[in-house]
Amino acid sequence: MTARLRQAIPPVAVFVAVLGLWELAVRAFGISQFLLPRPTAIAIALSEHADELATVGRNTLVEAVGGFAIGGGAALVVGFATARWVAASRVLLPFAIAANSVPIIAFAPIMNNWFGILNPLSKMMVVAVLVFFPIMINTLRGLTLVDPASIELMRSYATSELDVFRTVRVPNALPYIFTAVKVSATLSLIGAIVAEYFGGAQSVLGQFIITEAAFFRFANAWAAIVVASAISIAFFLIILGVERVALPWHASARAGREA
Amino acid sequence: MLRAARALLSFAAFLTVIAVIWELAKLLGGDPVGEWTPPFAWRIANDLNMPHLWDIAGSFAAPAQRNGPPLGLLLAGAAGFTFREAFGGFVFGAALGLGLAIVFVHSSLLERALVPYVVASQTIPIIAIAPMVVIWLQAGWVSVAVISAYLTFFPVTIAGIRGLRSPDPRAVELMRSYAASPRELLLKVRLPAAAPYLFAALKVAATASVVGAIIGELPSGIRDGLGGAILNFNQYYISGPEKLWAAIVVAALMGIAFFALVRAAEVAVLRGRLGGSAA
Amino acid sequence: MSTVVAIRGVHKVFGAGADRTVALEGIDLEIEKGAFVSLIGPSGCGKSTLLRLIGDLTGVTAGTVQVNGKSAVQARTDHEYGIVFQSPVLFDWRTVQRNVELPIELSGLAPAARAKRAREMLALVELAGFEERYPWQLSGGMQQRVAIARALSFAPSILLMDEPFGALDEMSRERLNLELLRIWQRTGTTIVFVTHSIPEAVFLSTQVAVMSARPGRIVDLIDIDLARPRDELTREQPSYFQHVTRVRESLRRGDGQRTPVAAAP
Repeated sequence: MTARLRQAIPPVAVFVAVLGLWELAVRAFGISQFLLPRPTAIAIALSEHADELATVGRNTLVEAVGGFAIGGGAALVVGFATARWVAASRVLLPFAIAANSVPIIAFAPIMNNWFGILNPLSKMMVVAVLVFFPIMINTLRGLTLVDPASIELMRSYATSELDVFRTVRVPNALPYIFTAVKVSATLSLIGAIVAEYFGGAQSVLGQFIITEAAFFRFANAWAAIVVASAISIAFFLIILGVERVALPWHASARAGREA
Repeated sequence: MLRAARALLSFAAFLTVIAVIWELAKLLGGDPVGEWTPPFAWRIANDLNMPHLWDIAGSFAAPAQRNGPPLGLLLAGAAGFTFREAFGGFVFGAALGLGLAIVFVHSSLLERALVPYVVASQTIPIIAIAPMVVIWLQAGWVSVAVISAYLTFFPVTIAGIRGLRSPDPRAVELMRSYAASPRELLLKVRLPAAAPYLFAALKVAATASVVGAIIGELPSGIRDGLGGAILNFNQYYISGPEKLWAAIVVAALMGIAFFALVRAAEVAVLRGRLGGSAA
Repeated sequence: MSTVVAIRGVHKVFGAGADRTVALEGIDLEIEKGAFVSLIGPSGCGKSTLLRLIGDLTGVTAGTVQVNGKSAVQARTDHEYGIVFQSPVLFDWRTVQRNVELPIELSGLAPAARAKRAREMLALVELAGFEERYPWQLSGGMQQRVAIARALSFAPSILLMDEPFGALDEMSRERLNLELLRIWQRTGTTIVFVTHSIPEAVFLSTQVAVMSARPGRIVDLIDIDLARPRDELTREQPSYFQHVTRVRESLRRGDGQRTPVAAAP
C-alpha cells in the first residue's frame, strides 16, 4: 500500500468509527431526535430534500462567493496601494488589525437596511467586510516582510523601486495572500449564513435551517448543516488547487522541507 | 509607553477621519438639516440609515424604553453579560486548544487521525448548532460560552502545534542529554518556544470569542446580551435607528478592548524576547 | 597596472551618542586589476562593512571610495560589480536558471540572450543540468555556486564576496575554493573576498589585507607569492605554511596593538 494511502487511514477510520458509534448510541440510548438524529436519518433527509437543498445551497453560495470577490478584490487593491508608502502601511496595519477584532456580524442588520433586506447584496456586503481585513492585512504583510538580504541584493543591482516590487515583493507576498484567502473561503460561507439569520430571502440555507429547526425536523436541519459544511470544504479545496497551480514552488518546497 | 501612546493617537486620528467622512456624506446626500438642503439624495445617507453621530451619542443617555433606564446603562449590562460568555469561551477554548496541541505533538497517530476534523469543524456553521447546544445544556450563558469556545479553540490548536514543534532540534537533544523527562521538555523548552505563536493566535481568538458569544445568543432566545440587544433594536429599527448603531458601537468597542487586553498581556509576557511580538 | 578600487582615508561610524560605534578608521587600500584580495580580521573588525562600502550598500562617514575610476555610487548604478553573500539569497519562486537570469533580466536583456548567458554561467560553475530545479532542491554548496553564477551573469569586472563559503563544511569549502580560482582565472575578474579563515585567504589570494579589531584598520598587506595554478598540493608546500604563519602573526598583532602599517605594497 502506498505511503499516501496509509496516511489517510487514521482520519477515515475515525470518521467511520464516529458515525458507527453515533448510530449505535442514538439507537441504544433512545436519544431523542430532538438533540441528535441518527446519521442514517440525516442521510435519508439529504436524499429526500436533495433538490431543495441544492437550491438553497446555491443561493447561499452565491452570497458567499459574491461577498468573497468584493471583499477580496478591495483588500488586494488597498493592500497593494498602501504597500508603496511605508508610512501609510505602518498607520493602517494596526488600525486594520483592530478593525478585524470588531464583530463584523453585528453590522448585518445595517447592511439589510442599506441594501435592502431581500437583496442578496446585503448578505454579500457582510461577507465582503468579513474577508476584507484578513486579506488586506496579509497582503500588506507579505509585501513588506521581505528578507533584508534580498533587498540588499536588489540594491546592488541599482534597480527601481518598481522592479523591486515586481520581482521580489509580489512573489514574496503570494503565499501570505493565499493563506488569508483560504481562511476567508471558509469564513465567507459562515458569514453568509449568519447574515441570513437577520432576515431576508427565504430560499437560503440559513432560513432553511431555522425553519426546519422551528418545526422540530432536526434531521432536515442537520442535513442542511452537512450541505453547508460540504460547500465550505469544497470551496477551500478549490482555492487549495488554485494555490498548487499558481505557486508550484511553494507547496513542493514546504513538502520537501517537511519530508 | 511611547508606542502605546502613538498607537492610541493614530487610532483616534483614524476615528476622527471616519467621523468626518460620515457627517460629510450626510451633508452632501442626507436629509435636510435646518436651513441646509443637501445637493444630492443618497438613500444610504438619510437619517434612517445613517443617524447623525450626535444622535447616536445622545441615545446613550436617553432611555431605551419608556420610563426605562438610559440606553448606555442597558448596553453596559448587556456588554457585561456577553463579555462573561466571551471570556468564558476564550478561557475554555484556549485551554482546549492548547491541550489538543500538546496531545497532537506527542502522538502523531492522533494528530493524523483528528486534525482533519479539527479543521473541518470550522466549516460547520455554528449558528445552526447554537440553539441545539443551548437547549441541550440548559445552562443559559454557559451554553453560549461553549459556543464561543467552539470558535476559539481552532486558531489556538493550529498555532500550538506549530509553536510546540518550533524549537531547534538541538535544544531537544540538549534536554535529552540532561535525561530530562518529557514533561520537563514540554515545560522548559516547547511551551516557552510556543508562546509567541500562541499569543498571535490568542489575539485572533479574543475576537472570535466575542463573535461567537454574539452569534450564540442570536438564535438561542437569550435576550440579556449584546446579541439580543442587536436583534431587539433591529426589530424596532424604524422607531429609533440610533439605538441599533449604539449597540453596534458597544459591540465593536468590546471586541477591540478584549483584543487590546490580550495584546497588553502579550507585551508583558514576551518582553525582552528576541523578535518580541509581531503586531 | 590599473587600480580598480581606491579607498582613501575612509572612516565609518555607526549610530550616535551612547550607541556610537567606530567601525572603520583611516582605511587606505588600493586594489589592482585582476587581483584577488582577501580581507581578514577578528569578528567585528569591519571587514564586511568595508566590502559594503566598496559596493555602495552603505555610505562612508569620511574619505573616498573609487571603483573603476568612478564614485562607488556611480559604480553601483553602472552595475560594475557582482556580489555574493554568506547565504545564497536565492528566490524560492524561481528556478535555478531564472535565479541566475535575475540581474540581466533587470537590465533588460532579451529572453533568448539571457537564457543562453545563464546556461553558460551555470556551466562555468559546473551546474549544467540543474537549470530547472528549485533552490530548495540543491545542497548549500550548490546554492552558493548558483549565487556565484548569478553574480557573474552580467560579466562585471569586480566580484565582491562576503564569507561566501562560511556556512559550508570544510570539504565543500576546499572544493569551492578550487572552483573559484578556476573561475577567476577564466574570467579575469578582480575579486575582493572577506573571510574568517586564514588558510582560505592564503590559498586563494594574491594579497591578504589583515585588519585589526574594532575600530578596524589595515595593519598589514601581505603579498602571497605562491605559484599558480594552485591546487591541493599547494596546501602541503612549506611556503604555504610560512604565509599562513605570517598572516596569523599579523592578526595577533592587530588584535593587541593598534599601530597601522602603510598600505601600498
